[in-house]
Amino acid sequence: MTPKMQILFEQLPDLLGGHLTLAVPAIFMGVLISVPLGILCVKSARIRGPVMSLVSLVQTIPSIALLAIMVALLGGTIGYWPAFIALLIYSILPIIRNTIVGLESVDPAMREAAKAVGMRPVQQLLWVELPLALPVILAGIRTATVWVVGIATLSTPVGAPSLGNYIFSGLQLRDWQRVIFGCVATMTLSLVLDQLIAVIEKSIQARHRVSLVLASCALAGLVGIGLAPGFMAEDAAGFSNLLGSREGVAESLEPEESPLTLDGQVIRIGAKGFTEQFILAEALRERIRKVGGTPEVLTNMGSTIVFDALAKDTIDIYIDYTGTLWSTVFKEANPIGRVSMRADVAGRLFNDFGIVLLGPLGFENTYALVTQRKTAFRYGLSEIGDLTPVAKDLRIGGDPEFFGRPEWQRVRQLYALDDITEVGMDSTFMYQAVADGQVDVAAGFSTDGRIDAFDLTVLGDPKQAFPPYDAVVLLSPRAAKNQNLVHAIEPLLNRVSVTAMRAANRLVDEDGESPRESARQLLAD
Amino acid sequence: MDVPAIELVALTKQFRNTKKPAVDSVNLSVSQGEVLAIVGGSGSGKTTTLKMINRLIEPSSGLIRVMGEDVTNRDPVILRRSIGYAFQGVGLFPHMTVGQNVSVTLRLLGQDTECVSKRVDELLAMVELPAEEYRDRLPTELSGGQQQRVGFARALASQPRAILMDEPFGALDPITRDALQQEFRSLQKKLQVSVVLVTHDMSEAVLLSDRVAVMHEGQVAQVGSPHELLTKPVNDYVAQLIDTPRRHSDFIESLMREAPIEGTS
Ligand SMILES: Nc1ncnc2c1ncn2[C@@H]1O[C@H](COP(=O)(O)OP(=O)(O)O)[C@@H](O)[C@H]1O
Ligand SMILES: [Mg+2]
Repeated sequence: MTPKMQILFEQLPDLLGGHLTLAVPAIFMGVLISVPLGILCVKSARIRGPVMSLVSLVQTIPSIALLAIMVALLGGTIGYWPAFIALLIYSILPIIRNTIVGLESVDPAMREAAKAVGMRPVQQLLWVELPLALPVILAGIRTATVWVVGIATLSTPVGAPSLGNYIFSGLQLRDWQRVIFGCVATMTLSLVLDQLIAVIEKSIQARHRVSLVLASCALAGLVGIGLAPGFMAEDAAGFSNLLGSREGVAESLEPEESPLTLDGQVIRIGAKGFTEQFILAEALRERIRKVGGTPEVLTNMGSTIVFDALAKDTIDIYIDYTGTLWSTVFKEANPIGRVSMRADVAGRLFNDFGIVLLGPLGFENTYALVTQRKTAFRYGLSEIGDLTPVAKDLRIGGDPEFFGRPEWQRVRQLYALDDITEVGMDSTFMYQAVADGQVDVAAGFSTDGRIDAFDLTVLGDPKQAFPPYDAVVLLSPRAAKNQNLVHAIEPLLNRVSVTAMRAANRLVDEDGESPRESARQLLAD
Repeated sequence: MDVPAIELVALTKQFRNTKKPAVDSVNLSVSQGEVLAIVGGSGSGKTTTLKMINRLIEPSSGLIRVMGEDVTNRDPVILRRSIGYAFQGVGLFPHMTVGQNVSVTLRLLGQDTECVSKRVDELLAMVELPAEEYRDRLPTELSGGQQQRVGFARALASQPRAILMDEPFGALDPITRDALQQEFRSLQKKLQVSVVLVTHDMSEAVLLSDRVAVMHEGQVAQVGSPHELLTKPVNDYVAQLIDTPRRHSDFIESLMREAPIEGTS
């Protein structure tokens, strides 16, 4: 086995455990809720209409949105519960639907026979109707199982570890082995659970007690496996991290630096779902670990989810960008200068949320127009304004979404770039496209490692048409009062230049280094 | 004399959305230990009449007494447990074994398992299905005749004073039917249970019952012993119905006379 595969397998118990503790109880609760509800729907036409409309409507909400909505409905709580509730909701429709179909397909003669031998309505249901509907109901439970196991991979961005961690981090790191590993693990789990239910169904039909007991035990065993190392055992264990193991506890016992100012305190670090965030989270982890804290890293969190979690003290610290906060949290349309934006955002974060903006890391991750050195030389390009006279001869590549954003409208207007030809493409390919000369300019990100990897030049933005996206350290209201934590993090402020960040990103994205190793090198600089 | 086992007085059922009542002012009574056959064409109201007796269908008007007691005063579930019912098309529960099917009413009555198990063996022996071999089989693993035997055993399980049977021999082949009919009659005589037997086959009615009620368009055209129907039919319809078994037996008799079977003379 390659070392890479070994890392993937090492994470499997935690992630599989997280996945099982989410999916199996969700399906179990789904059965407990949906079967009685289905029975009620069959018995009363009055509730059937509203229940079915509501359930079908909820089902049409995209799963990732439903997960985010759950976080909001639970007042910003992240982790197990929003994911669990969303999965529970998803399990309901197929089970209710099949319960209704199953009960309605019971031969009316059987219902009458049950009545004629002297059964009361409840006995008719329990002794005759439900047993006869059982195969159809179980088929519904199997459908729900396959759905829920699949959708559970999406609970990673709301902070509940699952097999989705492989997929999300793999996509970000462009590590296809990781992505495929996650997919195969999820599919295998789904098949195993499905087959277990099939065995239970067959043994009920064949009145085979032994295999019924065995299959039920296997199912219970799987839940047990999930419960043991997973969320339930220890709250913090749910925050198993992306790329490292949960060795924080062990390492904090033998710190390299004294004094032990954090004294084993658990500090929860949040991160969004892209390489730079993974690296910075590892950098924060390293700092906290060195002063004796017990860092827990929670990666792949959704952008608003990580902010809400910080405001609620669910996590203690993460890195965000001023331009993002400016537009998404404070809903401001027009950008202002870099320093004034940082000051403004800091004030409002504290006033509105009690969040403390500790300070900037030193670099901006903003939009950047990049081009080949050759092209820059030919047209004499050093800043965006130099594109203006030759705009009608040039092609610019970028994410289709970018060309619809107000930032691009501002750039086009301020630098008079109306004549340039826009070529929409996935952002994964645009650096390659500009390096190959398929487009002349690409709208990339200033810290992307591929700028260096493809030896591209960044065009200056003297008119500040792109808003500033200053990377800043944010502390939750509670964490901000922790002076020892503040001291631990302060050495990072104003330490990371844009070129250093770009190099760190490149190390992971292009050279396949781990974010942790990249963070170590970043801190060593 | 004893009270009649079952008594119907001016019993009427008018279904919604239909012009004529399905059952129209029917008066019938079944003495204890008697077999009353209800004969009539399809749609004449036989099944509806039968189902009103154990309140599977509620009457529109009229009166039903079982062992002298008005059934409208009784809990219909308790009533049904005290009257056996054998279905048109058997109606065994496919997910229950033979033993579970037979014992279902006993279990509903809350009898203890040992008692129930003994009674099941007894009932299966009564309908000539050895318990060791049949009790744990599923209905689908039985022939049509065996299924109907299980149906009888189920109807007789709680030692009811009366049982209702809706075309119980309808779906069987002639040989099985004949054998089962004979067994039914001897069992009925032995147990002295009152029976209402619905059939569209006059021959069956004549063979198995003490009295026959002919139903036509929801009404009882005539009630009487087979002899009375044969000798004094009240109208052409009854005469025509009762003529069928007579013609059959006349024909067979003539065959016997004209062409003696070789080797018998
Ligand atoms: N549930 C019902 N609703 C309306 N009409 C019914 C219903 N059940 C039976 N009928 C009608 O009542 C009449 C008598 O039916 P039934 O008692 O089943 O006849 P039989 O058993 O003699 O064939 C038929 O015309 C039938 O269509
Ligand atoms: Mg009928």
